[in-house]
Amino acid sequence: MTEPGAVSAVAGDHRVRSPAAGAPAADGRRRMTLNGWATVAVFLPPALLVFTVFVFLPVVEAGWYGFFNWDGYGRPEKVIGLKNYEWLFSNPAFQRALVNNGLIIAVSLLVQLPLALGVAVLIAGRMRGAVVFRLIFFLPYVLADVAAGLIWRFMLDGSYGIPSLFTDMLGLQPFYLLASKDWAFSAVLIVTVWKYFGFHMMLYIAGLQGIDKEVLEAAKMDGASPWQRFRHITLPLLGPMIRLSIFFSVIGALKFFDMIVPLTGGGPFNTTHTMVSFLYYFGLTRMRIGFGSAVGVVLFVICVTFAFGYQRLVMRDD
Amino acid sequence: MTIRAFVLSAACLAALIAPALADTTVTVLHVSENPAQTALWDKIAADYNAAHKGVNVQMKYLENEAFKAKLPTMLQSDSRPDLFYSWAGGVMQAQDKAGFLKDISADMASVDPTLSPTAVEAFKVGGKQVGAPFEVGEVAFYYNKKLFEKASVKAEDVKSWDDFLGAVKTLKAAGITPLVVGAGDKWPMHFYYSYLVMRLGGEHALADAKAGKDGGFKSPVFVEAGKKLRELAALEPFQPGYLQTKHGESAGVFGDGKAAMDLMGQWLLGMQAPNSASGKGLAEEDIGILSFPVVPGGKGKATDTLGGINGWLVSKSAPPEAVDFLKFFSQEKYAKEAADKAAYIPVVKGAEASFTNPLFKRLAGDLAATTYHQNYFDQDLGPSLGRVINDVSVAVAAGEMTPEAAAAAIQEAADQQ
Repeated sequence: MTEPGAVSAVAGDHRVRSPAAGAPAADGRRRMTLNGWATVAVFLPPALLVFTVFVFLPVVEAGWYGFFNWDGYGRPEKVIGLKNYEWLFSNPAFQRALVNNGLIIAVSLLVQLPLALGVAVLIAGRMRGAVVFRLIFFLPYVLADVAAGLIWRFMLDGSYGIPSLFTDMLGLQPFYLLASKDWAFSAVLIVTVWKYFGFHMMLYIAGLQGIDKEVLEAAKMDGASPWQRFRHITLPLLGPMIRLSIFFSVIGALKFFDMIVPLTGGGPFNTTHTMVSFLYYFGLTRMRIGFGSAVGVVLFVICVTFAFGYQRLVMRDD
Repeated sequence: MTIRAFVLSAACLAALIAPALADTTVTVLHVSENPAQTALWDKIAADYNAAHKGVNVQMKYLENEAFKAKLPTMLQSDSRPDLFYSWAGGVMQAQDKAGFLKDISADMASVDPTLSPTAVEAFKVGGKQVGAPFEVGEVAFYYNKKLFEKASVKAEDVKSWDDFLGAVKTLKAAGITPLVVGAGDKWPMHFYYSYLVMRLGGEHALADAKAGKDGGFKSPVFVEAGKKLRELAALEPFQPGYLQTKHGESAGVFGDGKAAMDLMGQWLLGMQAPNSASGKGLAEEDIGILSFPVVPGGKGKATDTLGGINGWLVSKSAPPEAVDFLKFFSQEKYAKEAADKAAYIPVVKGAEASFTNPLFKRLAGDLAATTYHQNYFDQDLGPSLGRVINDVSVAVAAGEMTPEAAAAAIQEAADQQ
């Protein structure tokens, strides 16, 4: 609620300041412009250079390579038009990767965010031990993705991991979760939620702490039930934070990669790839740089469309 | 004052640079993690440096995957190595096509006759020699003698595919896991598919498929190889959870004596102990070697071998000293030392006599007597097609893909190249 006001205040500031700067005599304005240019000359080139060399050029190059059948050696010469894209969309592993990315987004939004919000509401207050719980829930996020993936690979192993506890107890055959094409991706989803919900929980805790206690107390005095207070006060006031959390979730899901490699390596039968791991395994390790670039372009288009669309449509007031 | 300081520092700089300019540095980039191998190489380099004033040969290491990923970029930069590790095959051909490799046919003419002809042939592109081999390997069944004894399976009776399937059934009936495979890494399974293609189609099968003869990879040989692989896998001979087992873990399973056989390269002998739960692995006298069985009616012979051929490629800008070092490296005395220490199986003729380790002696004997040696399919075909073969080998074994669909998938990938 306060944020939109803050934004317009800043915008208003600009509007007020520029005519004010223009108001003094002509030489005053020239000095301002000179100063402005000096600032631009000092601060813009490094940023522009870094952005151009490391962001803009690679994106353009990837778009260019996408039209070639190129193994990365020498110069790309064999133009094949849109063939890379044709092969890409007819590749069952890529189709599955798209579905998997969708699943990660769905689980992030429908399981991870409610969970993070619920836990945040429980431990945002100044109750005893809240800090300890925050730390515990946040720890997985601090852990390096690859390390976490390796740990879970051991924990999910059929011979000595968690599944073996149950299968041994019930006298069943050992069950190898990560070797099953029906279950391996579920394991990835569980680990994802475990790993990242702590981050979103922290976002919500920060948001909750920003809510004015007096509003909640006033509602309490008016006889609002805890659920009503949550539904009609906490949730709307958390709006900007929830929208931000959704944004991070979706972008995080789209570029999800680190955990796949140690956990499943995309297997079994290439059923657990995401778009990025598909790019890595089918583009880079196979030295099909043209094909990999095409994957990159598709990923780029999806990410940019989402990022700009979401910022424009959903986060425009935040 | 400032001018004097400048002149002084310039002089110092020149003094520093002068000896560096006189030296020729030859960088050799490799991926070996085998301590016996790298120790020998370091020694060869030191010997060469001591005998050649003004030349400095440096052995440099890069991790396997990092090496493969960085090499294309390195070769296009100024920091390219002069000699670098290679598995020959498709990647080497791509490097040659892009003009990164030097033609050393004339320089090696005196050395080549002392080396294994198959290995030398592997480092030629269109008749032009671009590198020198140093090692060959053999993929074979390594078996646990005690487990074979327990199930009363006699290794010497396993000659044909049917004998082999029989042995697998007997082992399984005795409660022993017959085979261990690291299918999580995929390529270990492609050894089965490759050997079946070789045993069924003989020495021209792969070359014919690459040339697109008889339907290319959709030829009956490849389809039949898939059927045989599925026939084996249908007996459920692999360790439980084999689809997620990594290569290192699989070596540990073998070292722990939890499976009777492993179709693997010679490095298994060095890997089984450190990867086992006990850290001790199997005693070498308890390990036997069994050649891949022949398939009745197939064109391949029991003495045809599958295995790696590794060597050094010479990059375009390498100084003459690099080629000179390569000749120095290929001397018989170093090959004999490699054999004596069981560091690797050298390609220099006659070195097999220096093996004291009986398992290595057997492998070196097989390779010396080979009727046809085939490089790993996934190296021969290059990274793109190679990984498709690995993928479909696992899928066919697990019954996820029909042998026909697998053959078609390989051909489709070949068409996309």
